Amino acid sequence: MGAEFVMLSLAPLLIGIFAAVACALPGNFLLLRRQSLIGDAISHVVLPGIIVAFLLTGRIAAWPMMLGAAGAALVAVVLIETIRRLGRVDSGAAMGVIFTAMFAAGVLLLEQSDTASVHLDVEHALYGNLESLIWLDGMGWASLLDPVALRGLPPELPRMALTLGVVALCTWIFWRPLKMATFDEGFARTMGIPVQLLSLGLVITAAIAAVAAFDAVGSIIVIAMFICPPATARMMTNRLAAQIWWSVAFAVLSAILGYVLAGYGPLWFGGSNAVSAAGMIATVSGLMLSAAALIGPHRKG
Amino acid sequence: MLIDALFLQIGYNATLVTLGSATLGLAAGATGTFLFLRKRALVADAVSHATLPGLALAFMLMVAMGGDGRNLAGLMAGSALSAWAGLLCLSWLTRHTRLAEDAAIGAVLSVFFGFGIVLLTVVQTLSAGRQAGLESFLLGSTAGMLFSDALLIAAGGLCVLACALALRRPLLLVAFDPGYAQTQGINVQRMDLAIMTLVMAITVVGLKVVGLILIVALLIIPAATARFWSNRADRVVLLAGLFGGLSGYIGAAVSATAPGLPTGPIIVLVGFGFFVGSLLLSPGRGVLSSALRHRAYQRQVHLRQGLLALARQQPVYEAMTRRLLRRAGLVRADGVPTPEGHSRAAAALRDETRWQALRSSMHLSELSTRDDGLTLILDVLTQDQIAELDRRINASPRVV
Repeated sequence: MGAEFVMLSLAPLLIGIFAAVACALPGNFLLLRRQSLIGDAISHVVLPGIIVAFLLTGRIAAWPMMLGAAGAALVAVVLIETIRRLGRVDSGAAMGVIFTAMFAAGVLLLEQSDTASVHLDVEHALYGNLESLIWLDGMGWASLLDPVALRGLPPELPRMALTLGVVALCTWIFWRPLKMATFDEGFARTMGIPVQLLSLGLVITAAIAAVAAFDAVGSIIVIAMFICPPATARMMTNRLAAQIWWSVAFAVLSAILGYVLAGYGPLWFGGSNAVSAAGMIATVSGLMLSAAALIGPHRKG
Repeated sequence: MLIDALFLQIGYNATLVTLGSATLGLAAGATGTFLFLRKRALVADAVSHATLPGLALAFMLMVAMGGDGRNLAGLMAGSALSAWAGLLCLSWLTRHTRLAEDAAIGAVLSVFFGFGIVLLTVVQTLSAGRQAGLESFLLGSTAGMLFSDALLIAAGGLCVLACALALRRPLLLVAFDPGYAQTQGINVQRMDLAIMTLVMAITVVGLKVVGLILIVALLIIPAATARFWSNRADRVVLLAGLFGGLSGYIGAAVSATAPGLPTGPIIVLVGFGFFVGSLLLSPGRGVLSSALRHRAYQRQVHLRQGLLALARQQPVYEAMTRRLLRRAGLVRADGVPTPEGHSRAAAALRDETRWQALRSSMHLSELSTRDDGLTLILDVLTQDQIAELDRRINASPRVV
């Protein structure tokens, strides 16, 4: 637990934790509003977004891609709502139509454009490259105080921390109206809360979290963290505040356990190579969910 | 080139893929309709993502037993088993916990897929040389499809289609009204399970061509498209099969014409093209026809109100009404009614007066629900009844 840990594991571990918590926070509200699958839809449409951004700017850079992804998420939400209203298609099917079509368009664009030379492929988009986000300048715990070494941190880390900060701040500021609008929309409306705007804001916050997390860890973690920790927490308590804290705890725990199991687990079983950390984090969160579903104190509705 | 491809003239492999995809699309479209009408479209997404662990496990098992890990039948069996496990988890979670179905779908989808990814990385390290593209099942790949593969896909698709059609009556009954279906002695739970099993079978059959991420599109999009064209369930099933088959056929043919056109995504996009076309153009529920209907209705209302205003010698200020009256030749540019305008206005006022009289009439007043301000009373009443109304109007001028 020394220099090697700081260099190889500290940054990915922190990024994993931040991403997990940033997704779990809005996931709580999405879960209670029965909109969990918005996260699924968003994480699919992120692919065409980053590819369009890449085609427009011609380079792999973080900010244009995040903007592209956020734009695609917004387009998807608007399109889903449009065909739901215009075509009178039920919302699940509307979602299914839009996100598959946009994902297919993304794959087609990827095949058509000359992206073979750069590191942009579907597998990367699905399960990210958490393990590769190492901190080469981190020579030991002392490096945490060394400004030169800190500059060498993978840029995903400050970006993810910032995203988590924004998401947490939004949750804190809009706590009361969100709570009211989630549990009793009619009452919230009579209290003068702009329910529709708040709902859109929640989706946008979720999209921001999804896009930032996607950039660092791939979309599979995003879907898992939107749903599994909040769903696990839901079976632990009936109080919203407690549920949020539980979900944060579960998110952190699955990020840590998942990362450690992926990195060191195979070694214990005599393997030599690590397995996908993103996949393992999702798996661990699923195990927690099944444990809660079997023995959680509030598992029945 | 595209024409050649559409007529299956560009080679053996392309023909194989095109026919296989068309069969798959046909079966998926028809089967997906039951799921769509039951409003559980996204369950298919969970099922399809849940195939990944089984795929990887089947590969490992076949390699461990010394066989070829890429045997399509073996991989299909493995993916069917794990999709089945995912389906059981899903229904257990919705039935025995407080989680709503959408949360359960998301949980099963992400956890099974995540676990599948873990196994996939294990496969990559186990036999680095021979893993040879399990990733291709994520997005499908038709390059180097064997005759036996195509046959398996087509036969599987047709089997599922036959089962779906055999079960169509109870399935539709459950989809529209589960409560009524129960009273008819249909086991709703078992029928739901049957739909899901068929969906799972389609997913497994379609893995090779479309891939597990996009297969859900083949189940949902044709059904949603067909729904625009008919209100009758059996026709929707037929049309969905047709749209699905066409998407599969055209998509596979297009993708064979040039490199860099992956089959699965092209099939999905062709299907989406049909969907958008139907959304805009279908006669009943389409956007264009609704807009035209709305516009015609608006005109009728404006014209009627304008005529009534003319008859009561009130000035008409509203721009659209004035324009409509002018264009119909009912008023002159200065707003004075033409002779035809005078007679139409009088007719409108007479109609309106008769409706009012009808409302206060003893035995006709229930017909006043038919008064939407547009229906002519001539279309509702007989000549005798109108004559009677006119007598009442002339007897008591107060009604006017």
